[in-house]
This record gives sequence, C-alpha cells and structure tokens, in this order.
Amino acid sequence: MMTWFGPEELQAVRLSIKVASWAMVASLPIGILTAYALARWSFPGKQLLNGLVHLPLILPPVVTGYLLLLLFGPMGPMGQLLAALNISVAFRWTGAALTAAIMGFPLMVRALRLSFELIDPKLERAASTLGASPLWVFWSVTLPLALPGVVAGSVLAFAKAMGEFGATITFVANIPGETQTLPSAIYAFLQVPGGETSALRLVVISVLISFAALLVSEALNRRLIKRLAAA
Amino acid sequence: MTDSHPDLECRDLVKDFSDFKAVDRVSFDVPQGSFFSILGPSGCGKTTLLRMISGFQSPTSGDLRIKGKSMIGVPPNKRPVSMVFQHLALFPTMNIGDNVGFGLRQRGVGKAEIKKRVEEVLERVGLPGVSARRVDQLSGGQKQRVAIARCMVLEPDVLLLDEPLGALDLKLREHMKVELKALQAEFNTTFVYITHDQSEALVMSDNIAVMNKGRFEQIGAPHEVYHEPATAFVAGFVGDANKFDAKVTSANGSMLSLVTDAGTEMKINAAGASLNAGERTQVFLRPEAIELVATATTNDEGCNVSPGVVESVLFNGANSSVTVRNSAGGLVKVALPQTGGFAALQKGDAVFTRWQPKDARCFSAAEAGS
Ligand SMILES: Nc1ncnc2c1ncn2[C@@H]1O[C@H](COP(=O)(O)OP(=O)(O)OP(=O)(O)O)[C@@H](O)[C@H]1O
Ligand SMILES: [Mg+2]
Repeated sequence: MMTWFGPEELQAVRLSIKVASWAMVASLPIGILTAYALARWSFPGKQLLNGLVHLPLILPPVVTGYLLLLLFGPMGPMGQLLAALNISVAFRWTGAALTAAIMGFPLMVRALRLSFELIDPKLERAASTLGASPLWVFWSVTLPLALPGVVAGSVLAFAKAMGEFGATITFVANIPGETQTLPSAIYAFLQVPGGETSALRLVVISVLISFAALLVSEALNRRLIKRLAAA
Repeated sequence: MTDSHPDLECRDLVKDFSDFKAVDRVSFDVPQGSFFSILGPSGCGKTTLLRMISGFQSPTSGDLRIKGKSMIGVPPNKRPVSMVFQHLALFPTMNIGDNVGFGLRQRGVGKAEIKKRVEEVLERVGLPGVSARRVDQLSGGQKQRVAIARCMVLEPDVLLLDEPLGALDLKLREHMKVELKALQAEFNTTFVYITHDQSEALVMSDNIAVMNKGRFEQIGAPHEVYHEPATAFVAGFVGDANKFDAKVTSANGSMLSLVTDAGTEMKINAAGASLNAGERTQVFLRPEAIELVATATTNDEGCNVSPGVVESVLFNGANSSVTVRNSAGGLVKVALPQTGGFAALQKGDAVFTRWQPKDARCFSAAEAGS
C-alpha cells in the first residue's frame, strides 16, 4: 500500500457519503410530512402509520433487507414498476441509498415529530388570523421553528445511513464501487488476510463521523428547546 | 349600504360539543368603532365563542356576519378579523419588524411600503425604532403593544382579544387597561375583548356581555350592568355585592318587606321584580350603597337602619371597607366613606348601617336557580 489511504478505502468512504446524502435528502420531505401528520393531525390508521415508520427500527436488518429484495428485486412488484420507468435499484448504489433511507427514516421522523409537538399551535393560529394560508403558515412559521429538529433529524438519519450494514448487504450485496459502503468494506477487509490495517482506518473514520453527528444533533436539540422557551 | 351594518352581528350562535353546549343561542351586535367585552367565569364558553368569530371553529347553528357578510364557511385567513392571544404568540424566529410586517408580506405589499407602514404603526403604539430587536428583548407590556401593532397594521374590521392581559403582572395589567382603551380610540377599530376580570371589562368597554354557562345573561353599558343587573348571576359576578337569601313577608306594589335567613328585616323598593308574599328571593346590595352612622336619627325615615358591631377593618387605600355584624348576626360589607370620618374605626366599635330601599336589587330565588 503506497499511500496512507488506499483507493478501495477511499472509494468506500466516497460511496458511503454519496449514499447517505441521497438517502437523507430524498427522505427529508417525506419525513417532514409524516412527522407533521403524526404530530398534528388525527386520521384513521394513524397508529398503523406510526408502526410502519418504526418497523425498520425493530425488525432485524436482515429481515428488512430481505423484504426489500422481495419488493424491489427484479421479480418484485415495485422492482418491475421501477424497471418500466427504466430505474433499477437491485445491486445498484441507488438500492443502497433506498435501504439507508428506510433504515434512517424512523430516527428522522422521531426527531421531527418531537420538534413539531413542541411548537405552540397558537403561533400558527396567530399567523392564519394575520391572513396566511395553511401552506404559508407551515412554511413561514412552523418550519423555521422546527428547523433545529429538521437538522437534528437529518444528521441522525445521515449517521444511520453511513453505518447501515445488514439490510444493505442483504438487498444490494457488497460490490466494490457500486454498493460497497463503509461498513461493508470493513467487513470485506476483515475477510482477507492482511486487511486489518485498512479495516482499522475505516473504523476510525466511521467512529469520527458517527460521533460528530451525535454531537451536532445534541447541540441542535438544546438550541431548539432554548428557542421555544424564549417564545 | 354596508355602512348601515354593525361590524359584527351574531345570531343565535350555538356550539355543541359531543357531550354539552359550550355556546347556547348567543346573539349580539357590535357597532363600528366600539369596545365590546364578553365577561364570564372560566369555562363559560368565551374562547369557544371567539374561535367561532375568528373561524377556527364552526358553529353548530346560527349565523355570524362581519360588515353584513356571513362568515359561515369562510376560513380564518380570509376573514377581516385579527386576533391577539393571551400569550401574545409573537413569532420568536422573526424580529419585531418582521413580526409586525408578517400580514403585509402575506398580502404582497412591497418591501419599502412594508417598512414604512411597520414603522408608522410601531410609532402609533409608542414603540418607535424597535424593528430590529428580537422578541425576547422586549418587556411584557412592550410585547403586548407589538402584538396589537401586528394586527392593527392590517386595518382589520374587528380585532379579537382573548384575555390578552392574563399573562401580565398586576401593576402592568392596571396600566395596560388604560392603554388598550386609548389604543382602541386611536385606531377607532372595533374591539371584541374577552376576560373573566370584571374590572377590565368595566373600565374599558362601551358595552359588556355577561356570559354564564354558554349564554349571555345581559348586554349593556358598564353602568347598566353594574347598577341594573338583569339577573342574580350578573348582580353577583359584576362588582362587589352583599348577598342575602331572604323570604318576602309582604308585598305592596314594588315595596317589599323581607326577612333574611339570618333574621334581619328589610324594606326594598324592587321595581319590576314582581315578587309575591311567601316567595324566596336573593338580595344584592353594593358595599358603597350602605352608609355608616354613629347614631340612629329621625331622617332615617324609610331607610333600612340596623345596629351592629365592627367585625373587621379592611384597609386598602381608597377601596377600604369594613365588615359589620348586625344585631341579627348577619355580616355585611360596607365601603368606607372617602371623607375619612370613620378613619379611626376599630374592631368592636358599635355603629349603625343605613341604606335606601331603592339601592338593593332582588331576584326570585327560583330564577336564580338556587
Ligand atoms: N374541543 C372541545 N371539545 C369538548 N369540549 C370543549 C372543547 N373546547 C372547549 N370545550 C369545553 O367548553 C367549555 C367552554 O370552554 P371555553 O374554552 O370556551 O371556556 P372559557 O370561557 O374560554 O374559559 P377560560 O376563561 O377558562 O378560558 C369548557 O367546559 C370546555 O371544557
Ligand atoms: Mg378561554
């Protein structure tokens, strides 16, 4: 190994960041809608939705991965639907991003829901008596107040996506350059003789990223509470 | 022709919740530019009524018109009303200028124009130059004025206020009472103000509706509600009053002779009470309607005079009072005269209480429901 950081390792870190970023960005709008619905609306099937959102947190990751394979694999109903649109997710990095998004979703929704619940509905009512339409109330009043929660939820989902292993390897396997994310790479390095130093370097990076994510999320949560107390 | 309509008209408004009626056939008009208060105890349905006016709840039945236009089915953001909330609900993510300009931005008013109008309205509420401040950099009373400015900049037809002084301390509340009334006069906007504090309602309002258990018991000017209460509830709720449960011993036209449950005999000129001998009644007598005298004299002719002993002296500056236990054992509260003639009064002193038969109000106990 010539450089301190091997090309395979770099590839895995880059891929992980790409997968986690896409997972986070794509799930954010759906996460905001879901969390707002759970926090503010009452509708039939609310408990069912809540259960569904939390399922990936409780199920063994292998099971989630296998379910995804059944659903989104080349033979699965969703897989065929996507194939018709010329999108393939099985054994692709897009599949890894989908898995990461689903696994991080409950964490994101929990953080968002909490921040929505902490907002005094009076602020939203005040905005609508000042003439704001419901959408504009959400955009100009609710969302800015929930912003620290939005960031905290995104950071958590990102960190989860960076570390997701079981469901990913089950659904999209471990293809270097395509689906070999950081944890999969660590796992692969440990399988070959002499791979320990590479694995160790990735472990250090992994720990650093996760730790940073946690610190950021905690700090934002404290800010959220302070900000709402000042209202 | 819309000018001929009152700013706000409510006709037989009803709000049913699954188990009971929160608002029960409420009707009233609020003329343009007047200060209308809805006064009632906690839980009587005030907030529910205001929510129907602002559009956050729809009435079960009845009609609600603003400037002659029915508001049934119109969402809150499309009604020409603004609302000031108990905890003011200023947006903590925006500075004062953005808070006040919120509604104008919503209407698509240009930036420069918003800035100008925001400055103007802040000046009118006595807070020039605070636009750049954060919400938490203002005092409670200043936030109050910003909350009002935020509504008034939109020139609403009706401004609704739901116990806006509730979160302030006593001293500031006294001050804001005067200030709110002055602001209302300054903007000449119709105010609908809810409160459970009778002194707020009496000081500020042109008209007061007294609400109890979802219904309006009386609508009238402060002095009418105070001096001519329509029901026993109003007599007991608005202002201070001595209340006696009594029985009519004889009735001669509007002149009634009564004996209280404590055994005191009294004469009352109760025009319009239509009570007959033998009926039970509730009598209300204001502390300031009672005079303290050192001795009974001949000019007591026709008055209710009874000897008693001072039970306690409640010194409170201009609002001082004493409680007197009369010979029959009943307690009455008497306002101390401003002249200071009784300044040295002490517990145990013998005095006479004297009041005019026309100054008491009495209601049939059956109507009062107790
Ligand atoms: N959504 C609701 N469902 C059922 N009951 C309700 C609902 N909202 C209010 N109530 C009931 O209606 C009654 C009137 O409530 P409302 O909030 O209008 O009282 P209020 O006069 O504003 O009292 P306060 O002075 O305490 O604010 C109360 O008994 C309350 O419990
Ligand atoms: Mg209320």
